[in-house]
Amino acid sequence: MDLRLPSKVLEHIFSFVDSNEDRNSVSLVCKSWFETERLTRKRVFVRNCYAVTPAAVARRFPEMRSLTLKGKPHFADYNLVPDGWGGYAWPWIEAMAEKSPALEELRLKRMVVTDECLEKIAASFKEFKALVLTSCEGFSTDGLAAIAVACRNLRELELRECIVEDLGGDWLSYFPETLTSLVSLDFSCLDSEVKLSDLELLVSRSPNLKSLKLNRDVSLDALGSLLRLAPQLVELGTGSFSDKLDQEAVSKLSQAFTELKELKSLSGLWDVLPEYIPLLYSVCPGLTSLNLSYATVQMPDLVELLSRCSNLQKLWVMDLIEDKGLEAVASSCKELRELRVFPSGADVDETNVALTEQGLVSVSEACPNLESVLYFCAQFTNEALVTIARNRPNLKCVRLCVMEPFAPDHKTQQPLDEGFKAIVEGCKGLQRLSVSGLLTDKAFEYIGTHGKKLRMLSIAFAGDSDLMLHHLLSGCESLNKLEIRDCPFGDTALLENAAKLETMRSLWMSSCGVSFGACKLLSQKMPKLNVEVIDEHPLKTRPDSSPVEKIYIYRTLAGPRLDMPEFVWTIHKNPEIGVSNLAIE
Amino acid sequence: MISELEMGKAESELELGLGLSLGGGTAAKIGKPGGGGAWGERGRLLTAKDFPSVGSKRAADSASHAGASPPRSSQVVGWPPIGSHRMNSLAAKSAREEEEAGKKKVKDDEPKDVNKKVQVGFIKVNMDGVAIGRKVDLNAHSSYENLAQTLEDMFFRGNPGTIGLTGQFTKPLRLLDGSSEFVLTYEDKEGDWMLVGDVPWRMFITSVKRLRVMKTSEANGLAARHQESNERQRK
Repeated sequence: MDLRLPSKVLEHIFSFVDSNEDRNSVSLVCKSWFETERLTRKRVFVRNCYAVTPAAVARRFPEMRSLTLKGKPHFADYNLVPDGWGGYAWPWIEAMAEKSPALEELRLKRMVVTDECLEKIAASFKEFKALVLTSCEGFSTDGLAAIAVACRNLRELELRECIVEDLGGDWLSYFPETLTSLVSLDFSCLDSEVKLSDLELLVSRSPNLKSLKLNRDVSLDALGSLLRLAPQLVELGTGSFSDKLDQEAVSKLSQAFTELKELKSLSGLWDVLPEYIPLLYSVCPGLTSLNLSYATVQMPDLVELLSRCSNLQKLWVMDLIEDKGLEAVASSCKELRELRVFPSGADVDETNVALTEQGLVSVSEACPNLESVLYFCAQFTNEALVTIARNRPNLKCVRLCVMEPFAPDHKTQQPLDEGFKAIVEGCKGLQRLSVSGLLTDKAFEYIGTHGKKLRMLSIAFAGDSDLMLHHLLSGCESLNKLEIRDCPFGDTALLENAAKLETMRSLWMSSCGVSFGACKLLSQKMPKLNVEVIDEHPLKTRPDSSPVEKIYIYRTLAGPRLDMPEFVWTIHKNPEIGVSNLAIE
Repeated sequence: MISELEMGKAESELELGLGLSLGGGTAAKIGKPGGGGAWGERGRLLTAKDFPSVGSKRAADSASHAGASPPRSSQVVGWPPIGSHRMNSLAAKSAREEEEAGKKKVKDDEPKDVNKKVQVGFIKVNMDGVAIGRKVDLNAHSSYENLAQTLEDMFFRGNPGTIGLTGQFTKPLRLLDGSSEFVLTYEDKEGDWMLVGDVPWRMFITSVKRLRVMKTSEANGLAARHQESNERQRK
């Protein structure tokens, strides 16, 4: 009896399979499932743009309508990846223009996008609907103008924390009068002023506009008129919130806010003056997401605001909130799922010392749905970490940044090993972890032993020896991304656990103790990995024993990349170099 | 093995970092790769770019005027891990604050704090050749010996459970008696750098702004102990 379902039936069934993780599993069942799945996949995620070639992706997924790409490694966010390393969008856009002209959505993260790229998109994809660029760079407002003028069905244009060369605010005027399909517009990262009249015209002819994130230059006055034109907004990013308005303007603005019946997400609020905070009260009860991380609001005002946000699920705030403010959050925001507390000063000296580990402990106690935490603070204790783990075993993401490197438990002067042990032991579903403070190899032994679901791990200034890396690579079964800086270990653990690297997306190590010889050996042993040595100050001759500045290792089906700058070395550059006698214990 | 650490020149402060992480072309004297032995010292491996004003340059910078921000001890690339957008925003904010502070007449040396900042009692300590600064709570100490002991523990392998930042010295330092390679110095409220130990402890803790563990060879620039302390008494 032939148990194979006809492909039409399979197609129909697969159309209900949304998550790509599931789709990937589906593809592995058998050839016919692989075929049917690939012919029906519309949204493709390539999480490392160098892991596979654009042509291969286009070939496999002919019905692709949405492509998401990530380029540079995460540590590029902190300036650890030199300019010119790579992550170019052009080859992808060029390939898709030719092979997948029906593409509708492009979402790029940490990639270099030029005006040429944007012009190509505008010219090639007739049904183009959504462009979302996160932490990208290399383009100017001219490129935006090209998108605006040509994409007749544009729904989303979002620039999140991009570096854009600002050649003037005219680009907005390039949206044709016939464009009425806009759903989401985010230009919050742009520096210069846009013409208010252009913006107002655009907003007034966009009845479907749900998300609008303005840049800093949009005044409070302008905000008022925009809100009156778009009371249906679900997400709002304000501009600067600090102009002095007269009484009438204030009350008009207040009225505009009360009309925002659908508002769920609020951000922006740069320089918000305390007297304007009450303007926001009317939207607070409906908010599920609030980003105050650029708002220098002091604790008492924060408490007033947050105590009204009973439905809040996501809160981003600065350490100005202090422990007291977080206690207020704990008592008012019972639905909280994600908390991020950012430092108000770049140096540990300048951070607010009234924010301690206690703030996070309070929130962990009182918010049952808390899953994701990013917390910058001056110092921490093991006791606090143990309490947090006990309170919140459902934590999935814990990123703790103790601002001072090597800072021990400030009460006991011990390393924070035991605290992080409690976290990995107690939070059994933990997927992402960033550790900091004083840590010995023991901490990593614990993480290796207990962090079975851990997918991403970030480490800085920690550990004593190779054992640290060995524990992680041999213990963390689900490890997908590992990024390490300034930790004292060498080659042994890396070479002994080489096979593990093929099961991971990538490994980043900078300012550690890996030698050039080990990199060469690893490259030879593991042809399915690209082992990139990134060294802006290379020696003229590199002895095998010399340590390398940075390495980035990732698995790939695409082989060596063709766009490597001078300061990136892989074995493919010098295949004739043999590996000299290397004593590996 | 790590002879770079013993060099006394100003550049060597940079080369130290370079030596450890290969910036600037200095060949690192590293033993065989593999194991923890490749890095005998626990010095953090940072490139030269990471510390713009380490070591003796700091003494020159310390005479900076009111309102200007003091050189940061832990100005390491990518630390703390704040995204560049946010960093730019913070930098712009502190530049604005400084501008405002500079416009008004500032009466004392302390930088204006918009929010509650550094706790009274905690001061920064830097050591020549170590990029990452630390902090000590002066209120938790009762004497110079006490303080010296804490500093020795902090920067060198002392107590179990604390990892010395340089690690290769295992003998006690004797920071106060002038017999070791390092001396303890401090910057007072007037911006002058002095040798620690001359004034009574109580007077010291009210006037100290920050500490520096300096190489003895570099401390020649400081006035002789007694002369300095006499001048101070006279003020």
